[in-house]
Amino acid sequence: MSLMQEISSRALTLGVPLSVHLDLTYRCNEHCIHCYLDHEDHGEMNTAEIKDVLDQLAAAGVFFLVFSGGEIFLRTDLFELIEYARSLMFCVKLKTNGSMIGDKEADCLSRLHLSCVQASIYSHRAEVHDEITKLPGSLERSIAGIRRLRDRGVKVIITNVLMQRNLGDYAGVKTLAQQLGAEYTIDPTITPKMSGDRSTMQLGIGSEDLKSVFRNSELVGKVSEFCAPPPAIDQAVLDEIPCSAGHTACYVSPYGDVYPCVQFPLPSGNLRKQKFLEIWRHSTEMNEVRSIRARDLPICSTCLHVGACTRCPGLAYMEGNMRGRSLADCEKSYARTGISADESTHEDFPIAVD
Amino acid sequence: MNPIYVARSSEVAARMLGGETMIMSARDSTLFSLNETASAIWQAADGHTPLSEIVARTVCAEYDVETEEALQHAEELVRELASRGILRISDQPFTEQAQ
Repeated sequence: MSLMQEISSRALTLGVPLSVHLDLTYRCNEHCIHCYLDHEDHGEMNTAEIKDVLDQLAAAGVFFLVFSGGEIFLRTDLFELIEYARSLMFCVKLKTNGSMIGDKEADCLSRLHLSCVQASIYSHRAEVHDEITKLPGSLERSIAGIRRLRDRGVKVIITNVLMQRNLGDYAGVKTLAQQLGAEYTIDPTITPKMSGDRSTMQLGIGSEDLKSVFRNSELVGKVSEFCAPPPAIDQAVLDEIPCSAGHTACYVSPYGDVYPCVQFPLPSGNLRKQKFLEIWRHSTEMNEVRSIRARDLPICSTCLHVGACTRCPGLAYMEGNMRGRSLADCEKSYARTGISADESTHEDFPIAVD
Repeated sequence: MNPIYVARSSEVAARMLGGETMIMSARDSTLFSLNETASAIWQAADGHTPLSEIVARTVCAEYDVETEEALQHAEELVRELASRGILRISDQPFTEQAQ
């Protein structure tokens, strides 16, 4: 067991929220076609409110803190908040499009000893990237921002969200990341909007393309491991928790709403009305999420993929039932193993990786 | 022997979890976990209290151990942590306040 796994396990046992994703704003200078957010400001927490939240999170034992948005550099108090978070010894990661990082911003960030900065790049070609962000010149500005950070030794991870429109460009983005000295990771998950609007889902890549992505060792590492058949179902598998949401992780919106995860918009409390630990420990919603084990999932518990599925309970919730299937994840399991979710409820185990 | 002063590095992230301390180095993203004794020394590393005083207060007062032996182990520990960029050590008190 790695040290990270040991720490996660200890946090789970102690009921400590090890990781919190805090969106500072939903406002953004880009308007990406697949974005799940409403970019209007409906009353963001102010500087003092966020500092108070950070105090509460530190006291609750939160270690990994993600500042995200929206575009976080639209907050004029961003550096004050990062400095405050670092003074509380959080391990801070920023998610940004990088387009607003000039020399001054990069200098400041390099002094704050961040864990990393994660930036989204959709293509190495401006005509594709800018069409997705709907902001002309955005690729050029994002690359310039990333370069400024790398010049100062800040760790950068480029995330490449894969959609139909940019699927052919991942090799180019990976090469770009290498040229910039950044790490590279793919994300093939497109989520519905937080409002429930599912129109973004049609932008995602289909099963056949997912299959090719999952069999590309440059993208997933060792294919035989990544696409390995799921383990046999036993009691231990059925006792597993679906994911860390609500167990060791949660999400806080710019308005102080607390959810189990950024992808799990189940309102569990609001930090303008309640203390964080009160919500974390006692909210009915958090405790319901926490109570669910694989054996409690009526369909998934009988599926042969259950031991290895990356089922997202948030996506299942957005599909109508937090104990139900997340069809996007059924598709991923199928793409990995070559066996469909429908077939997998059979008692036989006819798995053959292509 | 010159006193040793120890200060927590401002480059790391740290949090107590169940009596132990998780520390992440921003330099290379290495994760560490300090046991209870090491955590007590880490917490007390304010940059202006000599290590010998920290050991006497946090280790010898809590555990049945000879002062000299405890100090020797503590010195080994702080030098190891300093080599990883987690602590800073000096034979003079640090001027700035540790976090």
